Order: sequence, then structure tokens, then C-alpha cells
Amino acid sequence: MSNREWPLWEVFIRSKQGLNHKHVGSLRAPDATLALENARDVYTRRSEGISIWVVESNYVHASDPSDSDSMFEPSDTKVYRHPTFYEVPDGIKHM
Amino acid sequence: MKTMDLQELEKRFQEKIDKEIKIEPNDWMPDEYRKTLIRQISQHAHSEIVGMLPEGNWITRAPNLRRKAVLLAKVQDEAGHGLYLYSSVETLGADREATIDDLHSGKAKYSSIFNYPAVTWADIGTIGWLVDGAAIMNQVALCRCSYGPYARGMVKICKEESFHQRQGFESLVTLCNGTPTQKAMAQDAMNRFWWPALMMFGPSDDESPNSAQSMKWKIKRFSNDELRQSFVDATVPQAEILGLTIPDPNLKWNEETGHYDFSPINWDEFWQVVNGNGPCNKERIEARTKAKEEGMWVREAAMAYAEKRALKKTA
Repeated sequence: MSNREWPLWEVFIRSKQGLNHKHVGSLRAPDATLALENARDVYTRRSEGISIWVVESNYVHASDPSDSDSMFEPSDTKVYRHPTFYEVPDGIKHM
Repeated sequence: MKTMDLQELEKRFQEKIDKEIKIEPNDWMPDEYRKTLIRQISQHAHSEIVGMLPEGNWITRAPNLRRKAVLLAKVQDEAGHGLYLYSSVETLGADREATIDDLHSGKAKYSSIFNYPAVTWADIGTIGWLVDGAAIMNQVALCRCSYGPYARGMVKICKEESFHQRQGFESLVTLCNGTPTQKAMAQDAMNRFWWPALMMFGPSDDESPNSAQSMKWKIKRFSNDELRQSFVDATVPQAEILGLTIPDPNLKWNEETGHYDFSPINWDEFWQVVNGNGPCNKERIEARTKAKEEGMWVREAAMAYAEKRALKKTA
């Protein structure tokens, strides 16, 4: 019996033209061609997509959730990056 | 890790759960939470895959092309559901093939309902109506599970499964409006599947020692008995519409509680089937083991082909 498993692939689907590809799950396949075909059968049985990307999971690099406080803190403290931070005088309708 | 650290991590983990923040694969989680999920999700995956067997047997025997196409689509869905769930298990660091080997060795369980045979065409309708109905009741509750990948998988599965229950019910409506023989066949299927369907929700709350922890971790949202009661309450009116009799002389509406009362469940039968002595346990595991062993050359050939092509590309 084989000890070598098929590699793991992450599956991304564009649900319709104009939208991003979105991660939907993963699957195992021996190569990219079969990963795409399997992704079609496993993740788009009900017209969920018009385009599929598959990426070998090995190649995904992720941020560490335990670092997320320091990683994302710089953005949390900069409220002036949002339009609601600014006061607009009465009488101005659209800005 | 120091003990203090561990306590602090566990405290923070529970705070996240209490605040309804989902747990994602790389987040810290207690070992026991991980283990519980690996056990539960892999057994759920096995149930989807083993569940293909009783129905798959009827694909070539479906009474017409419409029913055949529907059954084929349903069985294909079950395969897909198994795959979503095995993917979820892998996000917890479990080895997919090892969980499958645990199924084949008898170490891992699967839903005991699939150890009952589907002997007539009415069984196929009844499985869709009662077995998928009970599964949906369970799975809808799991859509809010604290573990993100499992909850997301459940949302997708529930969307797809609502057709499973409807096609079964529709098939039974046809049989129940058919000849007396067809109606009798539907009643016979009901008689055999009613109690095993109620057992699908698992042991009573007082016999289910791990439930409290699973509820605290929000892996489970409702107890086995609560879900079982919801299923009975939802199903009795459907049986009335079919004109089928539920095989329980004590089943009756309780004005006070606002629920149906029903007889105690035969837990001896449940444990017999769980522990391997149901009508089809041996057959099911043999079929799964055979599929893996005899299909192994296909996996190996596909891998060899992929490697050969990769070599050609670099050459």
C-alpha cells in the first residue's frame, strides 16, 4: 500500500464575473489538472462558480494568529484614516 | 509550557468562545477541544461516505429515469459532504488517511443508521425523509459550532441537503397515493426506520457524559434529547399527511409541554449496533476497505503520472 499521499490543494472560486476568487476549502489531488477537476466536482455542483484557482497548500504562507494583536494594532489606532473622523460643517450636503 | 501559561491560554480560549468568536485552524486551542473535534468531524465524514452504500445499491434499480437522476445526485452530494468534512479534519492537523484507517479497523464509529439494510424501494424514500431529516436537524445546530471550518462546512452541507429530505418525501407521497401494495411498502419502511432514526441523535442526555463539555465549548448547541424532540415534533404532522402510522402506541400530543410524548428508546439495540452487531456493520466496513485497497493502484498511477509529467517539464 502506498505511503505517499496526494498533495493538499486550497480551492478558490469566482462565483461570478466581477467578483474576487474566494477560498472555499481544500482537497487532495496528484496534480493541478486533477485538482481543478476535483474542485469542479466537489465545490461547484450547483453553479457556484465560473472560475477556479487551485494552489498547493504548501505554498500558502499565513500570519500567526498569536501575533495578530501587534500585527494589526497599527491600523486600529489610526482612526483618522476613516472619513467619519472629520467634522463637516452644516450645510455641506455631499462630501 | 508553564502551567500558568496554559491556564491563561485556556481562560482566553473560553472567553473567545463565550463571546461567540469562532476558532480558526491556527488559533491556540486546548488539546481536548482538538481531539473532540477530530473525533466528531471524522466520524461525521465517515457517516457521509458509508451512507452512500445503502442508497448506491438502488441507483440501478430506481423505478424511472427521474428518480435515478435524483438518487445519483444525492449520492454524489454525500461523497462531496464526506470530502468537505475530511478537509475540515485536516485543518486540525489530523492525517486524513489515518482517520479512514481508523474507520476500517473499527476504532472510529459512524452513524449507526447506516448499519440497517435498504431492502425495498420505499426504504430509499424513507431514508431521504427520516434519516436525512434527522441529519439536517443535527447539522443545522452544528452550523453555529465554535470551530470555523466545521461550521462553514455545515452551512454548505445543510443548503445541499434540504433537497435530500424533499426528494424522499416526494417519493413517499407517490407511493402512499399509489396501490395498496405500494402504500404497505411505505408503511413497512416506516416501521423499520422510525426507531433507528430517533437513535441517530445519540444517547439520552443523562447517558452522554461528554455533552456538557461540548456544550461549554459550543461545539454542540443543543442536547441530544432536545434535538430528538424537535425531530419528533416536526415529523409527526408529515407522517399524517402521508397517511402513515408511526410505530409507537404511546405517541401522543402533550398539551401541557407543547411536544409529542413518545415511548422510551430501546438503547440495547442502539449499543448493539454501535458496537458492531447491527445487520450490516460487517458488510459496510468490508465495502469501504475493499474500495480503498482495490482502488489504491489508481491513486498510485495518478501520482506516478503527475511525477513523470513534472519531470518532463523541468527537463
